[in-house]
Amino acid sequence: MKLPAFEYACPATVAEAVTLLASRDEAKLLAGGQSLVPMMAFRIASPSLLVDLRKLSELRRIDITKDGVRLGAMVRWRDIEDDARLDTAHPLLKAAIAHVAHYQIRNRGTVGGSVAHADPAAEMPGVAVACEAEIAVVGTAGSRVIRADDFFIAPLVTALAADEIIVDIRLPAWPAQRRFGFQEFSRRRGDFAMAAAVVFYDVDDAGKARNAHIGAIGVGDRPVRLTAAEAEVNGKLVDLAVAERACAAASAAVNPQDDIHASGAYRKSLIGTMVERALMSACAQH
Amino acid sequence: MPVRFEVNGKQVAVEVEPRMTLVDCLRHELRLTGTHVGCEHGVCGACTILVDGEAVRGCLMLAVQAEGCKVVTIEGLSNDEALTPLQASFRRHHALQCGFCTPGMITTAHALLSEEPDCDADRVREVLSGNICRCTGYISIVEAVLDARSAYGQPQGTPKATPEGRPKGPP
Repeated sequence: MKLPAFEYACPATVAEAVTLLASRDEAKLLAGGQSLVPMMAFRIASPSLLVDLRKLSELRRIDITKDGVRLGAMVRWRDIEDDARLDTAHPLLKAAIAHVAHYQIRNRGTVGGSVAHADPAAEMPGVAVACEAEIAVVGTAGSRVIRADDFFIAPLVTALAADEIIVDIRLPAWPAQRRFGFQEFSRRRGDFAMAAAVVFYDVDDAGKARNAHIGAIGVGDRPVRLTAAEAEVNGKLVDLAVAERACAAASAAVNPQDDIHASGAYRKSLIGTMVERALMSACAQH
Repeated sequence: MPVRFEVNGKQVAVEVEPRMTLVDCLRHELRLTGTHVGCEHGVCGACTILVDGEAVRGCLMLAVQAEGCKVVTIEGLSNDEALTPLQASFRRHHALQCGFCTPGMITTAHALLSEEPDCDADRVREVLSGNICRCTGYISIVEAVLDARSAYGQPQGTPKATPEGRPKGPP
């Protein structure tokens, strides 16, 4: 369908964008528009005012420091793909982003837009939760930093206030020796995940896993960490037996609903398989 | 509201409602009907156009967002009546049936080959996975794109894969 009518503004500064966003009920930010515009075409979203962030070039930066990676909210999937520094600075991010949408969408879609949209089957929110990312926002009341685990509340619902803008997403530093895996199952390439697993852990001098992080995408109303599966990995030499126990723990930890794409029981089984495969690809590294 | 941008090398100025998508602006205001509109919600790829050299979905971008951009449509790939090497390759390989998806296939493939002239068959398939052909003639489309690579600059090193042949069978 054609989009519902709205007013449009294209501010030159973040401060101006905050003021515009706060000026009107039902004002919405427009980042890449790759989720919001389809929602408007379906008339699921009918904002009164769209505040386009395209002129805010300070939100397009990818900063890599000893503290980690800061992705400006307007960084596109394409920018992550093209940034060779991220091959070592955050290889898990690169691996996960390879699954996001299609070629044309990747030229427009942004990390800030994906995080604000909060689709529970999307890759970026899942990576943010699994990596304990922080989300820096600014609103009329000032700036604050929200832990990813506190940020995602329900499908398409976040902790963002109506007048707040995401400034950047901060991923903690990635040690060079860290093992990781990202496994996603979707019906067709570029589709949202039916289930996906984000896995990483560090290894001690004896080769045993520690600091395991296992995240699940697409199996609940928000991305989650699977602490029971992590417990199966910590302190172990990761092998098929460990991966199988983590698989069982992952399946037991989630209760996905039935929907048109898959039954809950199928997704419950699938997330275990994704965790197992991600662990097996992680332990095959180095 | 007024918006100015470049389309196929020419500056244009149009007055549009903010809700008008870029592809509707191209078709209805500028009468460039070569770009097709399929699903209107970003899944079919028929409306693919080039904005500042990058392939984007014309139905997921507002016309007002094109302010100051360089837009190229299927009409802009060739300056005259002659087909571009990519278009000629589509013709040679019979890479279209009804033709509805073809403008999006060609603009997408043009963006890909401009940036990655040595891409392999897997990469072509991955990129074209965002373009739906309901006649499902994908094999000849992929062949046509692979065959057009030589027109887009020298491949760096040996191509990773050879063009896939059609399944063997009676001619």
